Amino acid sequence: MDLALSAEDKAFRQEVRAFIRENLPADIADTARRMFHTHPEDMLRWTKILHQKGWSAPSWPKKYGGTGWSAVQRYIFDEEYCMADGPLPLMAGHGVTMVGPVIYTFGSDEQKARYLPRILTGDDYWCQGFSEPGSGSDLASLKTRAVVDGDEYIINGQKIWTSLAHNANMIFCLARTDTTVKPQQGISFLVFPVDTPGITIRPIISIDRGHSLNETFFENVRVPRSSLVGEEGKGWTYAKFLLGHERFTIAEIARSKRRLQRLRQIARETPVGQGTLLDDPSFQEKATAIEIDLVMLEQMGLRIAWEMDQGIDNMLSASILKLRGSQIIQAVTELSIEAMGYSGLAYESLQDGSMFSPSAPDIAQGKMEEFLFLRAATIYGGSTETQQNILAKMIYAGA
Amino acid sequence: MDYRFSEEQSMLKDSLQGWLGRNYQFDQWRRLIARKPPHSEENWKSFASMGWLGITIPEAHGGLGFGAIDQMIIGEAFGSHLVTEPYLSSIVFGSNLILEAGTEVQKAEWLPRIAEGTARLAFAFAEKQSRFSLNTVATHAQKTSNGYTISGEKILVLDAPSADKLIVLARTGGDTTDKTGLSLFLVDPKNPGVSIRAYSTVDDRQAADIIFDNVVAEALIGSEGDALLAVEAVTDRAIAYLCAEGVGAMQALIEATLAYVKVRKQFGQAIGDFQIIQHRIVDLRVQLECSRAMTLYAAVSATADANERARAASAAKVQVGRSARIVGRNAIQLHGGIGMTNELSIGHYFKRLLMVETMLGDIDFHQKRFASLPSELA
Repeated sequence: MDLALSAEDKAFRQEVRAFIRENLPADIADTARRMFHTHPEDMLRWTKILHQKGWSAPSWPKKYGGTGWSAVQRYIFDEEYCMADGPLPLMAGHGVTMVGPVIYTFGSDEQKARYLPRILTGDDYWCQGFSEPGSGSDLASLKTRAVVDGDEYIINGQKIWTSLAHNANMIFCLARTDTTVKPQQGISFLVFPVDTPGITIRPIISIDRGHSLNETFFENVRVPRSSLVGEEGKGWTYAKFLLGHERFTIAEIARSKRRLQRLRQIARETPVGQGTLLDDPSFQEKATAIEIDLVMLEQMGLRIAWEMDQGIDNMLSASILKLRGSQIIQAVTELSIEAMGYSGLAYESLQDGSMFSPSAPDIAQGKMEEFLFLRAATIYGGSTETQQNILAKMIYAGA
Repeated sequence: MDYRFSEEQSMLKDSLQGWLGRNYQFDQWRRLIARKPPHSEENWKSFASMGWLGITIPEAHGGLGFGAIDQMIIGEAFGSHLVTEPYLSSIVFGSNLILEAGTEVQKAEWLPRIAEGTARLAFAFAEKQSRFSLNTVATHAQKTSNGYTISGEKILVLDAPSADKLIVLARTGGDTTDKTGLSLFLVDPKNPGVSIRAYSTVDDRQAADIIFDNVVAEALIGSEGDALLAVEAVTDRAIAYLCAEGVGAMQALIEATLAYVKVRKQFGQAIGDFQIIQHRIVDLRVQLECSRAMTLYAAVSATADANERARAASAAKVQVGRSARIVGRNAIQLHGGIGMTNELSIGHYFKRLLMVETMLGDIDFHQKRFASLPSELA
């Protein structure tokens, strides 16, 4: 038992820190601080910088152009990245974090050659078509149909919560190819361009007033059968693989650490009487409680990362990490707007898409938007209640 | 980085499980606590022969020379069986205090006897006004021509009624809350001037309030005036041990509760089939895993620098305190009325968790202590 980072990992941290300090453009870090949604052109610029260094796909094996980093190294990278206010990787689309691993694990050589390089360079921007109006937590009940017609599939149906579809040129989606078998067995994983005729994308404006969500309609959309990834009917398996991959990332351990640091900075810059909010014992108590939760989350996360590197698939812990991680995200964002008091209530839309509170300190800009949007943290990636169902099943079975 | 237990640690786990499975079933525990003191001489001898009493005592002094992780493994196993022997008092505090603060002569004199089970110690540190602060100490030691005499009052000295010697934290200088001027003394409880008011604790163990009235100390442990460093270091290690006991107790409670909701039928079905019960079980398991992660962190940090060690211990104590409340209360709730009865183990685990939550500092104390330490997120 030895939980200290190895000398290599410590050196790696220094390398990452130096690289980000020298290469993350100041204006991109600044926007990432002020607004939740980084502009796609900024993300592309940043992806190109990362790609040049060979770091645009931290979680991928070297073989496919990734870094080949261990999970522990990815955690270190993430920590340095978040502490420097790097933009949310998700804003570059779902290529690196979601569809990429599915393609290199289950896709054909032709698909790997065609899609992976363009994900690495940022030239393809991917969105995800999973949820449907009637299929949220019960994803396996999805109704979008893909019917074979000669060399093509004809797709009909509707997707919802297609994040960033309006920025995307590629979509991966789940569609039913067989209605005669168990719901989970009739689903296939398809990839195709967003500009395929018959696709309509409509914006959904969320409570933060931002546009990141969409609904996507498929009306007799014809795509070649080579759009199928892996085997027909195995889409559910691939989706579960993908969501399992995602569970560690969306716990946002490092980003919440940075959020807490900023929260204390907000309190330090928020005058109360003769002093500041940071001196308030009740504020301190709440911030400390969150910090202790973060210590716990980090300990749990590091262990899971190590287990991943050992080839141990700890589904129970990963699910708990997502569950607690999302609760902690909400605790720290809630306390951030609480700290802002009146100044947090001013919520003006600026030209660049960011939100502005005139009386709030610089460090607090964007916090209300983040708070509002992250009500979704306990909904996406398998809601809290879904995680509880998954966990109950595992625990009842003796896990 | 490596989260694997060593071969020795895996063997330790196995031997604990084996022995406790044979000797510490709930009915055996019930017979034990009916005795006075509520533990057994034979068990203590077995602990000695298995090497558990000398777990962190160096081999040169008759122990195994292991560390805080091994102590954590023992804590978890003892917690899951509600072990009542004075392990925390005599071993986790006693042996470690002498190891940390004692002179070479004192180590040579006491550690082998502790390891072989022939000397049992209790640690008198808390006072009425100290609450959970280790340095708020009014009990004072007066230097005399041939030693020290101690006067003052200590409360909740765990296992004092069955201890051969007491280790007493007393002031040799400074004011009541000063961090310096504290010293440790070995005191014979049979000495004139020692009044022991023994009582049972809420978890059916024993403790005492002790008045020292000009009691002649047997020895100063180590040097005068700088005991706090050693006491803090040993207490942080003891917190890791106590948290591990909490983890063991919570795990036992969750296992029992899960088994119960699967068989208890109401409205024509097992109550465990109701989603609200399933999600409650999940809540408890989540708490257990959070506590487990933090306890390991505290144990691993036992040898880190003082700041990291204290952060880890306090964070763990907060987490385990919070979890213990949730798990303890819900274990009773999910059992319903039967969970309230003395017949079942549930309530006894609940009460042990109450001790774990408060002993060595409660949630509020450790949250404040954690907040007072330097943080990279400040």
